[in-house]
Amino acid sequence: MNVLETFGLGVRYGQTWAVSDCTLAIPEGRIVALAGSNGAGKTTLLHCAVGLTEATCGTVGLLGDLPAGSLDALERIAFVAQDAPLYRHLSVNEMVEVAANLNRRFDRPFASARLRALDIPVKRRVGKLSGGQQAQLALTLALARHPHLLMLDEPLARLDPVARHDVMALVMTMAAEEGVSVVFSSHVVSELERVADYLVLMAQGRLQLVGPIEDILAEHTVLNGPADEAERVGEHLCVVHAEKAARRVQLLVRHDRPIETPIGWEVDAPSLDELVLAYLRDPSLVGRSGPVAVAATAAGELAQ
Amino acid sequence: MCRSAGVIKGSYPRAVGGAPLVDALAFCGPWRYSFTMTIGKRDDEARSPLIFRLDPRSGVPTYLQLVHQVEHAIRLGYLVQGDRLPRLKDVVASLSINPNTVQKAYRHLEQEGLIGGRPGQGTFVLASPETVDLATLNALRKRLVDGWLRDATAAGLDDDGIAALFQSALRDFREGRKSRAASSRDGRASGRSAGGVA
Repeated sequence: MNVLETFGLGVRYGQTWAVSDCTLAIPEGRIVALAGSNGAGKTTLLHCAVGLTEATCGTVGLLGDLPAGSLDALERIAFVAQDAPLYRHLSVNEMVEVAANLNRRFDRPFASARLRALDIPVKRRVGKLSGGQQAQLALTLALARHPHLLMLDEPLARLDPVARHDVMALVMTMAAEEGVSVVFSSHVVSELERVADYLVLMAQGRLQLVGPIEDILAEHTVLNGPADEAERVGEHLCVVHAEKAARRVQLLVRHDRPIETPIGWEVDAPSLDELVLAYLRDPSLVGRSGPVAVAATAAGELAQ
Repeated sequence: MCRSAGVIKGSYPRAVGGAPLVDALAFCGPWRYSFTMTIGKRDDEARSPLIFRLDPRSGVPTYLQLVHQVEHAIRLGYLVQGDRLPRLKDVVASLSINPNTVQKAYRHLEQEGLIGGRPGQGTFVLASPETVDLATLNALRKRLVDGWLRDATAAGLDDDGIAALFQSALRDFREGRKSRAASSRDGRASGRSAGGVA
């Protein structure tokens, strides 16, 4: 079963397309990192999945084939928006009460046990809690619904290192215990590496890379060799990124099967950081439309 | 009941219906951040002697870091046959990493025959590697120091040179042994291959 599936999804705000031509299928049981620069369309994509934003064209399906925004879908997913939306003037206890009454499925003992474990003062007003505590509270309310799919928009953005660790640890524990699939957006790539096993990379509203991180890493290689051979070697490969130095050149290439090392060249495996940065630097690299497109772009770059 | 056993500041969920679900971090205590805690009896039984840690800058994939740490602990005798490995949810909670990564590491160790799962109980160390007793180790060490290392230094090799030479000799030795084993399996064992290693 796919937890999230889109086909030809596009969202237009006035004249601009926030998301366009977005087709993906995320399988169950994954921890998905939705990455991209600011304004890449991450939030719009999430909002579409939850049903907060209507698609201009294309389709979105959740957990098999439930339409986004339908009651069936909403019951099985949980979403925590970027700013951890809570009623600031209510006390923590009242906030839990509200959530319990607004949801058909809500595990009250779970929520109160967790708030106790977190040392969150339940009588205090939500607005008086620290940023970390507010994030924990929002996450607790989301998890108390025992969702199949948990979507988090920039969950770590406002948190200190301890709170980050604790929030991620809780999410990972729920993934281990209940098999929750998780999609979370972030623009800090180093944060994702330990946690995510599936990557969706966006730039300017389009998908650049989609797939299991292991596969994506295996499909890319760094080649290091003499600069004057760059064009000859690059000609037969899909060069994602080329970096020239004196006499040497470094090529990040994409390939669907193992490549032969050119004589006199060194090969290395790229890190996820390095890979994502290379794609983010050049939004025109659209991995999905195939190696040919990538090759064409990169060949032009090399010729310059 | 879960409070007596529990994690205090670490924050982990309790199960539906009141049964203790996760008393995460109980097995490894203060992990990077300080947690105050008391350990109940129930936790103690479920604890593992092993504490994982990760080095994000090492460049070694996370699952391999876990594998190496288990192998290392078995080799040095911190983990012996019958010892429990940390539970999946405990590792996940303490390191905040993907559960699939931990599963991958444990699968890898299982394939190596080092650990095995008992359904409903956990994962346990199966085999202890052949260990060499202390006297033998000391004798071997003495021969290395008094003989080969002295000669190598006298010949003008520095530390890196010695390490490189040893690594390369060891590799040849292992490969020689492997090819010997292969050829004897083929029924072609002969005096010819025995000479290759010496």
